[in-house]
Amino acid sequence: MCPTLAVTTTALNGLSMGCAVIFVLFFSSLVVSLIKRVVPHQVRIAVYTVIIATFVTIVDIFFKAQFPKISEQLGPYVPLIIVNCIILGRCEAFASRYSVKESLLDALGMGIGFTWGLFILGTIREILGSRTFLGIEILPSSFNPLVVMVLPSGAFLVLGFMIAAMNKIEEKSQ
Amino acid sequence: MRDNIKIIGVLTIVCLVCALFLSLAASMAKDKVTRNESKAIREAIFNIVGECKEIKEVSIKGTKVYKLFDDKNSLIGYGFLAAGEGYQGKIKIMTVVDKNFNKLLGIEIISSQETPGLGAKINEDYFKNQFKSLNIKIPIEYTKGEVKKDNQIKAITGATISSKSVVNILNKAIDKLKSLLKNE
Repeated sequence: MCPTLAVTTTALNGLSMGCAVIFVLFFSSLVVSLIKRVVPHQVRIAVYTVIIATFVTIVDIFFKAQFPKISEQLGPYVPLIIVNCIILGRCEAFASRYSVKESLLDALGMGIGFTWGLFILGTIREILGSRTFLGIEILPSSFNPLVVMVLPSGAFLVLGFMIAAMNKIEEKSQ
Repeated sequence: MRDNIKIIGVLTIVCLVCALFLSLAASMAKDKVTRNESKAIREAIFNIVGECKEIKEVSIKGTKVYKLFDDKNSLIGYGFLAAGEGYQGKIKIMTVVDKNFNKLLGIEIISSQETPGLGAKINEDYFKNQFKSLNIKIPIEYTKGEVKKDNQIKAITGATISSKSVVNILNKAIDKLKSLLKNE
C-alpha cells in the first residue's frame, strides 16, 4: 500500500513505478522459473528475495542514470519494490511451480494490471490535486485544486472509490 | 549433510552471481549518475545568476564550493549546497553569495518533501526571489508581518516551519562557508 499511496501523486509517477514493477516481475519470474528445480525448499524465499533485490537495484540505477527527475520523484519507493508483496508472492506462488512461458505470461499480466491501477489512481489524483495531466494543465485556474488529493489521505479516498466502482461493475456483469 | 551443503551452496552462488551483475551495472552507470548530479547543480547556479558564464568546482576541507565567473573571468561569487531538516524530510538548497559575503545572490531549492500546497511553496518564485540581494553580514531572519529590515524575508502563510527551516539551513551553511573560506 505504502508505495501505491506515495508515488501516485501524478499519472507519470504512477506509470513509471508500474513499469519498474513490470520489469522486476518479468525478470524475477524468468530467473525463478529457470532455477526452480535447483533451489532447495528451505532457502527458496531467501534466494527469491536476493534475485528480486538485484533486479530492483538495477532499475533504481537505471532511473538514476537515465531519468533523474523521475528518480527524484519516486525517491525511496523504488528500492521498496523489493518488499512489494506482488513480486515475492507471484514468484513463490506461480513462477516456482510453473513453466518459464507460463511464468512470464503471469508476470506480464500481473504487472500490466498493477500499472494500469497505478496509472488511473495517479491520473485522478493529478487532475483533481494539481489541475494537470501528464504535466499539461487541463483544468482552468479558476478551479481550486483539492490539495488532499496530493496527500496520502486523498490516495486512500480515491482507492476506496475505485474499489467500490470495480465491485459495482463486477456485480453488474454477473 | 548433503542437503545442508546444497542449501549453503545454492544460496552462496546466487548471491555471488547477483553481486557480480550489480557491480557491473553500478560501474556502468556511475559516470552518468554523477554527471546528472553536477548537471542539476550547474543548471541551478545558471538559473540564479544569469551573468555567470563559468563555474569552477573546488573542494575546501571536503566541502564542495563552486566559484562563479562572469564573461570577463572575474569572480562573481560562491555557490554551495546547503542542506538540513525541513518540516518533512531534508531540504537541499543551492545557495549563491557574492564574493565578499555581503549579500545573497539567490537560492534554488534542489530537493524537498514539504507539504504540497503549503510548505512546498518554498519552490515558488515569489518565495525564492525574496532571497536575492538579502544582507548576510548578520543572520537572516523571517517575519510573519511586513518585511522591515534588509536581512528579513516574509514567511509563507500557513508554512512557517518550512520557511523557518529554509532560513536556518541558509544561516548555518553561510556561517560554515564564511569560516571555511576565511582560512583559505
